[in-house]
Amino acid sequence: MEVSEVSKNKKLLIDGVPFNVEGVDFVKPGKGRAIYHLKLRNLINGTLSEPTYHSGDKFDEATITVRDMQYLYEEHGHYTFMDAESYEQHVMGEENVGDKKLYLKDSLGVQVMMWEDRPIDLILPKAVELKVIETESALKGATVTAQQKMAKLETGMSIGVPAFVKEGDVIRISTITGSYVERVGG
Amino acid sequence: MDLGVLSGKKGNLKRRAEILNLTRRFFIERGYLEVETPSLAPCPIPEAFIEPITSECGCLLPSPELYMKPLLSAGYGDIFQICHAFRRGEKGARHREEFTLLEYYRIGRTYLDLAIETESLIINLAECLIGSAKIQYQGKEIDLTPPWPRVTVSDSFMSTCGWDPVNVHDDEKFDFELATRVAAMSNERPLILYDFPSRMASLARLKPSDSKLAERTEIFIGGLELANIFSELTDPEEQRRRFENELDVARSRRKDAKMPEDFLESLAKLPEAAGGALGMDRLVMLLCDAGTIDEVTAFPV
Repeated sequence: MEVSEVSKNKKLLIDGVPFNVEGVDFVKPGKGRAIYHLKLRNLINGTLSEPTYHSGDKFDEATITVRDMQYLYEEHGHYTFMDAESYEQHVMGEENVGDKKLYLKDSLGVQVMMWEDRPIDLILPKAVELKVIETESALKGATVTAQQKMAKLETGMSIGVPAFVKEGDVIRISTITGSYVERVGG
Repeated sequence: MDLGVLSGKKGNLKRRAEILNLTRRFFIERGYLEVETPSLAPCPIPEAFIEPITSECGCLLPSPELYMKPLLSAGYGDIFQICHAFRRGEKGARHREEFTLLEYYRIGRTYLDLAIETESLIINLAECLIGSAKIQYQGKEIDLTPPWPRVTVSDSFMSTCGWDPVNVHDDEKFDFELATRVAAMSNERPLILYDFPSRMASLARLKPSDSKLAERTEIFIGGLELANIFSELTDPEEQRRRFENELDVARSRRKDAKMPEDFLESLAKLPEAAGGALGMDRLVMLLCDAGTIDEVTAFPV
């Protein structure tokens, strides 16, 4: 693939390492050569880099497959998932899971992006249901609005919830906005 | 189609209309004739790094000079045009494949005369629209009060990058550092960059006093490359030699790149003139304090 065809969220293989394209900017002097500033996320160690390329530069696309898996458990920053079809277990490091760990509870069905049998990224369901383990019973403090108070959830995540939510309730959280959606049970 | 996005741009698009009107008035009051030339042609002039968009009827032109210079040769006098131009693959925060170009030619003048005319146009627009020569652009205050700083390409590269592109031939590095480091010299004051190395003359004539330099200038403001201005080359044979070099590069990508023979023939009668090309979308970005070209054009492409 030529650099001119690179767009956001393409997966590139550079020097044997898969990268996710998080941004592309194009600059070109009026009579000169095109310059492409890419923002690349290393899918192995999670680091971000911003290299520059010229028109004509070529890349190989990284072949990424997506598999349905179930989250099993975490140990010392290693997250274990089980393939829903083959029952094979795969371990993903914390650097790849990132903030998505705040949505992972036992048995959650997720999609795992695989590069050469190696799990490199997670696609979460649009919403997950998590139990409230701690929240104030009455409103207090200056950081909450009249309608909201903070709640700590079973995965360690803290979010703003409506005043009527109490400890032991199960609430639905959007994984896209990271915010409370509704109470689903108590 | 997202009408919400469209209505959110209304302020910028109204200002865009005012800028187009004021620009026309500026040139007409100075005795220029407004012209219209075709956007579609059998072949564009060959440029190594500009890719035309082709259709089964011909090329959508990357710039109108193919047809404007023959009008000069035919004795039309000072002319200008605001038109759409097309460049394949140029997509980014400051680029669109279809964009609006102002092209203007003045007889008997040089590149530096036309740079001053361009300076007057932009100050005139800022004063009419903002009521001040001091504008805000993306968190920076830029003082447009004339005269704008003029720096040669040699001096600007020596001071920002530590090398002189007139003596050192590294054109890839030149383009990169021009777009990144030298352009940033215009963050507080506009920059008139002049006297390009002769190998980057394009359609500009060489300096009579120093053939290592071309009479070409570029205007940058707030990091935006706004205008490219030449003392026009009127020697068809020299232009043919330069086009041959450009064609060598262009043919590696497009086998059908051709020599524009009619254009070269008309160059023989071209009067001494200076010509400028100014990106109108970027000028609107500057005067609307917009960070991307999509904010100042109605529809994304």
